[in-house]
Amino acid sequence: MRQVMTGNYASAYGAKLARAEVIAAYPITPQTSIVEKLADFVATGELKAQFIPVESEHSAMAACIAAETAGARTYTATSSHGLTLMHEVLMWASGARLPIVMTNVSRAMAPPWSVWVDHMDSIAQRDTGWLQFYCQSNQEALDTIIMAYKVCESSAVMLPAMVVMDAFILSHTSEPVDLPSQELVDSFLPPYSPDLKIEVGKPMGFGSLVKPDQYMEFRYKAMLGMKASRDRLLRVEQEFKSIFGREHGGLLERYMCDDADVVLVAAGSVAATAKDVVDSMRTKGHRVGLARIRSFRPFPHDEIRALAAKVEGIAVLDRSYTFGSAGAMYTETKASAYSINKRPIMKNYIAGLGGRDITPRVLEKIFEDIQVVSKRGAEDEVEWVDVAGLPRRWR
Amino acid sequence: MGKPTIPEEEFTYPGSTGCPGCGANLVMRYLLKGLGDRTILSIPACCWAVMPGYWPSNCLKVPLLYTAFEATGAAISGLRAALDVKGVKDVTIVGFAGDGGTVDIGLQAMSGAAERRTDAIYVMYDNEAYMNTGIQRSGSTPWGAWTTTTPVGSTHGFKHEAKKDIMAIMQAHRIPYAATVSVAHPEDFVKKVAKAKEVKGFRFIHALSPCPPGWRMNPMHVVEVARLAVDTHAFPLYEIENGRVRITRKGKGLPVSEYLRFQGRFSHLTDAEIAAIQKTINENWEMLQTKETSGT
Repeated sequence: MRQVMTGNYASAYGAKLARAEVIAAYPITPQTSIVEKLADFVATGELKAQFIPVESEHSAMAACIAAETAGARTYTATSSHGLTLMHEVLMWASGARLPIVMTNVSRAMAPPWSVWVDHMDSIAQRDTGWLQFYCQSNQEALDTIIMAYKVCESSAVMLPAMVVMDAFILSHTSEPVDLPSQELVDSFLPPYSPDLKIEVGKPMGFGSLVKPDQYMEFRYKAMLGMKASRDRLLRVEQEFKSIFGREHGGLLERYMCDDADVVLVAAGSVAATAKDVVDSMRTKGHRVGLARIRSFRPFPHDEIRALAAKVEGIAVLDRSYTFGSAGAMYTETKASAYSINKRPIMKNYIAGLGGRDITPRVLEKIFEDIQVVSKRGAEDEVEWVDVAGLPRRWR
Repeated sequence: MGKPTIPEEEFTYPGSTGCPGCGANLVMRYLLKGLGDRTILSIPACCWAVMPGYWPSNCLKVPLLYTAFEATGAAISGLRAALDVKGVKDVTIVGFAGDGGTVDIGLQAMSGAAERRTDAIYVMYDNEAYMNTGIQRSGSTPWGAWTTTTPVGSTHGFKHEAKKDIMAIMQAHRIPYAATVSVAHPEDFVKKVAKAKEVKGFRFIHALSPCPPGWRMNPMHVVEVARLAVDTHAFPLYEIENGRVRITRKGKGLPVSEYLRFQGRFSHLTDAEIAAIQKTINENWEMLQTKETSGT
C-alpha cells in the first residue's frame, strides 16, 4: 500500500512492521514524531509492545540493552545530542552483542545550536561497534529498519545497527512510501530468538569482569561479527528484493559508475540530488558517476577498491569533519583505495554542515573540480565548500 | 540449637572476591534470602560489579545483568518491560547499586524508574563512599568523614557537607515502599525484603554496609559497628509504607562517639566536632519520631 509520509513516520512504521517488542525513547528534535507515532501504535493496540518513556537517551539505550538481554526485540530513535549522550551505552550494546536497531535522525552538534542536518553525530559513533546505514529516501529508512533486524539478529553477527536519516530533508519531508503488509514482513523477518538470554533458573552473569588473558577474545569475536555482517547484508537484501521487489544498493550503491572517469562518493539524502546532477552532466557528455556509501559500518572496502581501480578521480563529500584530519568518509575511502596499483586522484569536500543546502550547482562544481584535479592533482586535499570568506565561489 | 530466625537456604556460593569482613557480602546474602531464586539482578559499576568473580565464574545463584554506572534505573525498567511483553510473571527484578551509583551518578535513572512506577526493587548498599575505586567521597559520605578526596591534612579538610537523605528523596517520589536495613539485624532485614517483594511498583531498600578498608576499621567489628549505627541513631531502622513512617527498631540511644570510635575515618574529629555530629543525629532522630507520630 503506497502512502505519502515523512521519513519519521516511515521509520515508525518500519519498527512496527518489524514487531519491536520494547521501545524506550526520549524526545529530541527532529526525531520526536517517530516515537510519538510509536506511542500511538502502542496506545491503540496496533503494536503489541512495551513503551518506556525514559528520562534520557542514556537511559533509553540502557533500557533497550536490558530488554534485549531478556530476549525482546527493541527499538529506539534519537538524534544529535541524544546520540552522543548514549555514547557509553552504544559501546555496551555492541560489547554485549545485542542486535538493537535504532534510527538516528542526523543533526548537527552544538554549539552553536543547530537542529539541521549533518553527520557529525553518527560519524562520532563510528568506533562504537554499531553497523551504520545511511538512507537516501523515506522508503529506504523503512526498509532498512526491517532488513537491519534480520542482518543483526543472525547468530553470526549479533551486533546493533544504526539507521541514519537526514534531519528534515527526510525526517520531515513527505514522499510516497510503499508500506508492505504485515504478513509479508513476517514471512521475511521471524521473531527474535537469541541463543542466550537472561532468565530465572539460569543463573549467569551478563557482562562479567574478565582478565587481560580473556578480554581480547571477546573483542575479536565482535570483529568477526562485524565482518560477517557484510555478506549477511548482501544476502538479506537479495532476499528482501525477492519478496518486496526493491533494493537499495548493498553497501555501496553505484550510479552510472561503470564507464565514469570521475565519481562522487557521498552518503545520505544528498545522493538523490547528486544522481540528478550526474544525469544532467551526462547529457553534456561528462562521464561522471555517483557512489553512495549506504553502509559506513561495515565499510564497503571491496566495492571502493573495485571502483577506485576504474576511475581517474574520486571526490568524497563529507557532511561532517574530523578535526585535525579530514572527513571520515574521505579518510576511509582513501584508505580502502590505497592497496590498488593505480590509484586515482582523490579530494575531500566538506559541505552541508548544520543543514546548509547542498544545491545541484554546488555538486556540479564539485564534479567540475574533480575533473580538473584528476588531471593535475589537488592543491588542497580537503576543501570546505560554500563557506563565507573563502575565495572560491560555489553558487 | 535454636530454630533459625531467617531462611536457611543460601543463594550465594563461596568465592565472592569481597574484602574480609565486607558488609556488602552480608547485604547480598540477606537480600537473596528474603527474595529467593526467582530474582533477576542488575548491578552497575560498584564493588559488587567485581565481587561475583571473574568470568566465567559467578558466586550468585540468580542471573545478573551488569550495567553502566548511571544506568541501574533504566536497566531494571528494560528488564521488567521485556518480561511483561513476554508474559513472564512472578519474577522479582532488582537493581543493586552502591551509594555513588545511587545518590550521585545513578540518581537520574533511578528517579525516572521510580516516577514511571517501574515494578522493581532498588537496593542501595551504602558504604558511604566510592569504595571500589579506593575511598573517594560520595554524596552519601557523612559529615566529618575522611576519604581520599576529603583528606584531613593541616586544613582539617574532612567532608564538610551532610550526607544526602536518600530515603527522603525516595519518599518524595511517593513510592509504595521504602525501608532501611542493617546487616546487624538480619531478621528485620529479611522481613522487610520479603514485604517489599509482595508490593507492586517501585520499592527502595537502603542498606548500611560497613566497609573495613574504607571506614578504617578492623573487619571483626563490621556487625558490631552496624549495630552501633542503629543503637546510636546514626542509621535508624524504619520503613515508609504508602507514605506512612514506622520505626522498626528504637535502638538504645547510645552516644554517637560509641559508633565513631571504631572507625579510623573519624579519628581526627575533635570533641566539639563529635558534639556537632551528636546534635545533628539528635535532631534527625526527633524529626523521624515526629514523622512516625504524624504518620508522614
